[in-house]
Amino acid sequence: MIFKKKWNEKNPFRRLKEGLAKTRANFIGGIDKVIGGRRKIDEELLEELEETFILADLGIHTVSDILDGLREGAKREKIREEADVKNYLKKSMLEILNQADSELDTSTSSPFVILVIGVNGSGKTTTIGKLAVKFVNDNKKVILAAGDTFRAAAIEQLEIWGERAGVDVIKSKSGADPSAVIFDAIQAVKARNADILIADTAGRLHTKTNLMEELKKIKRVMDKGLPGAPHEVMLVLDATTGQNGTSQAALFNESLSLTGLVLTKLDGTAKGGVIINIVKELGIPVRYIGIGEGIDDLREFNAAQFVDALFEE
Amino acid sequence: MFESLSNRLEGIFKKLRGRGKLDDKNIKDAMREVRIALLEADVSFKVVKDFIERVRERAVGQEVMKSLTPGHQVIKIVRDELIAIMGDTLSEIILTNTPPTVIMMLGLHGSGKTTTTGKLANKFKKDGRKVLLVPADVHRPAAIEQLNVIGKELDIEVFDGKGNKNPIEICDRSVKYAIEKKYDLVILDTAGRLHVEKDLMDELRFIKEKITPQEVLLIADAMTGQDAVKIAAAFNESIGIDGIILTKMEGDARGGAALSIRAVTGKPIKFAGVGEKLNDLELFYPDRMASRILGMGDILSLVEKAETAFSEEEAKRLENKIRKETFTLEDFRDQLQQVKKMGPINKIIEMIPGVKGLKGLKNIEINEKAPIKIEAIINSMTPKERTNHIIINGSRRRRIARGSGTTVQDVNRLLKQFVQMKKMMKKFSKGGDIYCPL
Repeated sequence: MIFKKKWNEKNPFRRLKEGLAKTRANFIGGIDKVIGGRRKIDEELLEELEETFILADLGIHTVSDILDGLREGAKREKIREEADVKNYLKKSMLEILNQADSELDTSTSSPFVILVIGVNGSGKTTTIGKLAVKFVNDNKKVILAAGDTFRAAAIEQLEIWGERAGVDVIKSKSGADPSAVIFDAIQAVKARNADILIADTAGRLHTKTNLMEELKKIKRVMDKGLPGAPHEVMLVLDATTGQNGTSQAALFNESLSLTGLVLTKLDGTAKGGVIINIVKELGIPVRYIGIGEGIDDLREFNAAQFVDALFEE
Repeated sequence: MFESLSNRLEGIFKKLRGRGKLDDKNIKDAMREVRIALLEADVSFKVVKDFIERVRERAVGQEVMKSLTPGHQVIKIVRDELIAIMGDTLSEIILTNTPPTVIMMLGLHGSGKTTTTGKLANKFKKDGRKVLLVPADVHRPAAIEQLNVIGKELDIEVFDGKGNKNPIEICDRSVKYAIEKKYDLVILDTAGRLHVEKDLMDELRFIKEKITPQEVLLIADAMTGQDAVKIAAAFNESIGIDGIILTKMEGDARGGAALSIRAVTGKPIKFAGVGEKLNDLELFYPDRMASRILGMGDILSLVEKAETAFSEEEAKRLENKIRKETFTLEDFRDQLQQVKKMGPINKIIEMIPGVKGLKGLKNIEINEKAPIKIEAIINSMTPKERTNHIIINGSRRRRIARGSGTTVQDVNRLLKQFVQMKKMMKKFSKGGDIYCPL
């Protein structure tokens, strides 16, 4: 298997940096343009920094907080030069991200059940496909549950990913009750002694109360089939999303108590800065990032690497 | 739609409204708030900057200082400028004189191209057009299957690419097929792609050069952040677009992307996707949308919905009945059915001015089933009972409740409401003109 070799490559850090190259180029390009050659911190510099961060979708409030800190620091005369500004900003962002930096540990339960949710078109099914490949390469027995019974051909899409990863997909007919499909999948996981179940769900906007109730029901049914399940409630977020990402995370979290985030489509020009806002507000860890369409283009999120890669030249 | 931005601006101007005069400081405060609100709404940084500048210039000018209600004047300026950005007029898709008209759909992954393709096809089919759907997304697993399912659901033909993996060939053949079979409209559903992927952008350009579609539509997610400007500019510059469809507008996204995309491309937003069902596609009215952003409600959309739901004839008949006081339970049922044609009740309520400001309403679940219950009750009555509700006594009420699967209390409530309604109608018809705030 070609992708297996790629995934196990010794230097995932290098791959991460490669994947983030474009993001970094834009982000740093902007910051360096602002900081380069400067000595003093004045209001003009702060305004330009504000622009750079807002363009990265960090959100006006997060940016204001960060810049207020910078302003105070400058007053205390600790921050004087461009290098200090950079370090200060890096530290502020790391502080926010580190409060929730933790990898997904699937050994805490056997079988381990992951419920994947998100708005329409965020990349749930693709992420599940990539996750399945990753777990298979870690020698786990994986089963997928085709819980998106609403969107046309969603089941077929998951089946194709199942084939690629070489794992079973538990499914029902289009239009079937997703809770029933997922309950069946839990029974299958137990009967077949699988290690991990990843349940797909239909994309839904976080403002639709009835569809959120449907997810709550799925969660209850999981717990009924396997007490303690789901062990991970994973929200998939599109990096292109602006400040609405905060509302998405907040409302999904309110209904379902999220335990992890995945940030997809980071290989475009979008910077995904809203994630800093989300982690700051909700303290939910970012598990993975999607940086391409290839089967192995899913990376474990690491706050230090992420911020380093963003700030590195 | 745009709800949070509306609330925000309403909050700002509530403060302004209470003041007699606007001075430089008032305007500065208001502009700061407008700026924050627009940035929170994901309007592009650059667009916000220009916008604030224009509004400020006009606000500090004579017109405001002389005005007796400066707060209202500022609202009007902000609204006018919003409209100016989003386009002054409604922009529809015009079919060509020599069919088929070819529409090409493009956009990022997950922006909603395939679903919107289905919605658009459905709209034209309702207009009596013969539509051909073309699955040109050979990249995403099961994308072709998805379009086939949608086509089947709508009873619209989906072009059979016969396993061909070359999107340019698929599109080319489909158009030839459409000419031969005399289709009115061809909609090409292309694969989602990033605007920075050169090969894939080239592919779109080749398709466009080969087919020369009449409408190239960019499908954009209303939740998009600052990147909306780059995405729209890239698609417009390397392929050239004719219009935009904004999707996922029914959520709570503030939809600043609408302003940004329009500002950067200068191309009109033609439709808005407002739900998951295949008829959840609306024309995009820039002026109404601006009113909506400002929390002035969407009264024109409401009027239009009412117009399509009630035919003129029906309205006349109803008016007559009201005048002659022969309005019966049967008429009441007909009316309910017409209201249902207007769409889900919560969507209708959203359009009423002022409703957005009512915080409590957010948590109230609209009971969509109430009209169904009422219909069931009326259906369980005999024709005699429907024309003359006075004869409905206790035993009849019990029978009706049993027949409709409701309770006697439900039946009582309905009859009480009906009697009140008749009383109101009597007042209206005798009083002549009904006060209308518009």
